[in-house]
Amino acid sequence: MNTTTRIWPRLAAFAAAAIVIQLSLGAAGKVYYLTQLTMAVYYAIVVMGLSLLMGYAGQVSLGHGAFFAIGGYTSAFLTTHNMAGCRGAAWFDLLDKCGVIVSRKSLYDDTLVLTVAPWLAFIVAVLLTVVIAAVIGYPSLRLRGHYLAMATLGFGLIIHCILIGSPVLGAADGITGVPSLSVGGLAVSGKSAVRVQNYYIAWAVAIAVLVLLRNLVESRMGRALRAIHDSEAAASAMGVNTPKLKLEVLMVSAALAAMAGSLLAHYNEGIGPSESSSFKSVRYLALVAAGGMANLEGALVVSTLLVFLSLRGWFGTYDNAVFGIILIAIVALAPQGPFRQLGLRMNRCRPLYKPGKEARSGAS
Amino acid sequence: MALLEAENVRQCFGGLVALNGVSFEVRRGQIMAIIGPNGAGKTTLFNIVCGLINPTDGVVRMDGKVITGLKPFQIAALGVSRTFQNVSLFPHMTVLENVLVGRHLHGRAGLIGCALRLPTQRREEKAMVEQASRFLEEVGLAEKAQHSAGGLSLGQRRLVELARALGTEPRLLLLDEPASGLNTKETDNLAKTLRRIRDRGITLLMVEHDMSLVMDIADEILVLDFGVKIAEGPPAQVRSDPKVIAVYLGEKENVASG
Ligand SMILES: Nc1ncnc2c1ncn2[C@@H]1O[C@H](COP(=O)(O)OP(=O)(O)OP(=O)(O)O)[C@@H](O)[C@H]1O
Ligand SMILES: [Mg+2]
Repeated sequence: MNTTTRIWPRLAAFAAAAIVIQLSLGAAGKVYYLTQLTMAVYYAIVVMGLSLLMGYAGQVSLGHGAFFAIGGYTSAFLTTHNMAGCRGAAWFDLLDKCGVIVSRKSLYDDTLVLTVAPWLAFIVAVLLTVVIAAVIGYPSLRLRGHYLAMATLGFGLIIHCILIGSPVLGAADGITGVPSLSVGGLAVSGKSAVRVQNYYIAWAVAIAVLVLLRNLVESRMGRALRAIHDSEAAASAMGVNTPKLKLEVLMVSAALAAMAGSLLAHYNEGIGPSESSSFKSVRYLALVAAGGMANLEGALVVSTLLVFLSLRGWFGTYDNAVFGIILIAIVALAPQGPFRQLGLRMNRCRPLYKPGKEARSGAS
Repeated sequence: MALLEAENVRQCFGGLVALNGVSFEVRRGQIMAIIGPNGAGKTTLFNIVCGLINPTDGVVRMDGKVITGLKPFQIAALGVSRTFQNVSLFPHMTVLENVLVGRHLHGRAGLIGCALRLPTQRREEKAMVEQASRFLEEVGLAEKAQHSAGGLSLGQRRLVELARALGTEPRLLLLDEPASGLNTKETDNLAKTLRRIRDRGITLLMVEHDMSLVMDIADEILVLDFGVKIAEGPPAQVRSDPKVIAVYLGEKENVASG
């Protein structure tokens, strides 16, 4: 049927676009735009993860801002909280022997700051978020209906209050002074010397996520979760363990939000409580809708663009309102997303293998 | 032992008693039809057998094992599959993909294996597509494999749903009004297909209003009226049962002519 497309040409197009943008910004002397673009690409990872959950599996989450914030705050806290006072404790020495404690000079004086290594903090951040998502999702996903939306909405409000109210997490100021995350010579860092490098790191991560999620939605499990979206009763009657699959997809989606949160905390050298506000959660939801709901490439392109404009301050004081308007406009004018309306079917799923003889006959 | 046994199944929806102590057995290898007027509780009975609703009272056994209380996917794994009265396909998926969901139980690739597209997952996927296309061929829809399921005619959608249910390789197949909305030719083909399915060893339990089809292919008929079993037996016997004739008074010639 229609325009079934291969992913590799599209990935090449993404890569080419990323390079062209970087080169032309360089030529135009606007290299500093890359900073906001890098951030926007990280936010797009949250939106792709939410698209998997909402667009494909049909489960609405209003807590992705909170999952993002838990990831970011966990990384930020573990990599800035000074554990020098714990020296001598058995567990600390054990961690130290395992090589997961790093030391650096304090920013303010000559004292030594001992913290968890950023790579370990990253892993802990993602795992912690996945566990929390499982706890939130388990009771609500055993039922059919929009219970997950309600549960995650409540959850997001609670997390926001906790972050704003906890002095140990910097209360309203959040956490600052988050060090860079280095893996194998590459550093996720906001320093202007590594700006270009970080722009490409962000794109590499986002495209890797895109490829993995594309593989997923076109597989046995992906079909099962699209089936849940269309008819949960029929999916279950065909043998799909719907509560389990919905929970697993929520965990994957939350893990991606946490991953983006953690990477951005390192990139921005800090994180604040506004990340967990329901404005942010609704924004992600609006971006999934604007990207075309069940459309991973749409999610990546649209959210990178809109978040970039938002970060550049284009929407001024109406920043949050713009995303509300987008949501209303999508519902009213193009419930299938703007791409359908424009006749572009970006996410047409292509069967991985075509059975021998009818492979061509169905195509028009 | 019968393949499926229902014992004293009772279902209340608020004050409405949809099923009032229904008991029956489905023997292996036969086509059993459930007939009865609108609202008799036929679909409700199917929903109880496949686990979509828990009965107020009573038990259902498959191979002597109690299945009431199990979830639909667990009952599906025991070899029960079904179609729905108001066709419940996945409209945003292709015809082939719909049947592939029917093959879900026979795959093992998990989320991570699927995302990484591991070699085992690729092999499994390839085999699944071959198998699913065979089920589509069986119902005569192979050439529609890549079409969107939402865009087919009602008759074709019923066939896709049948292929999807067959894809689970059930031992017991529940069909809720498979012939409704089909023209005469399609109904004739359906009768042939259903016989072929039975001859392959799949037991069929079918709700159907088309009396000539029922009389034609059923080995055994169960008649429900207002949630109560009023007759049960081979077609010839049920057709001449005075209680059945009384229920079908308006459609008497229908029953008689089958
Ligand atoms: N989920 C439900 N909630 C409340 N009442 C229900 C529900 N499902 C069915 N009923 C009622 O139970 C009775 C039996 O319904 P059911 O669908 O089983 O009938 P049926 O024999 O399949 O009829 P038809 O031939 O019209 O399909 C009807 O009166 C119906 O309104
Ligand atoms: Mg019915």
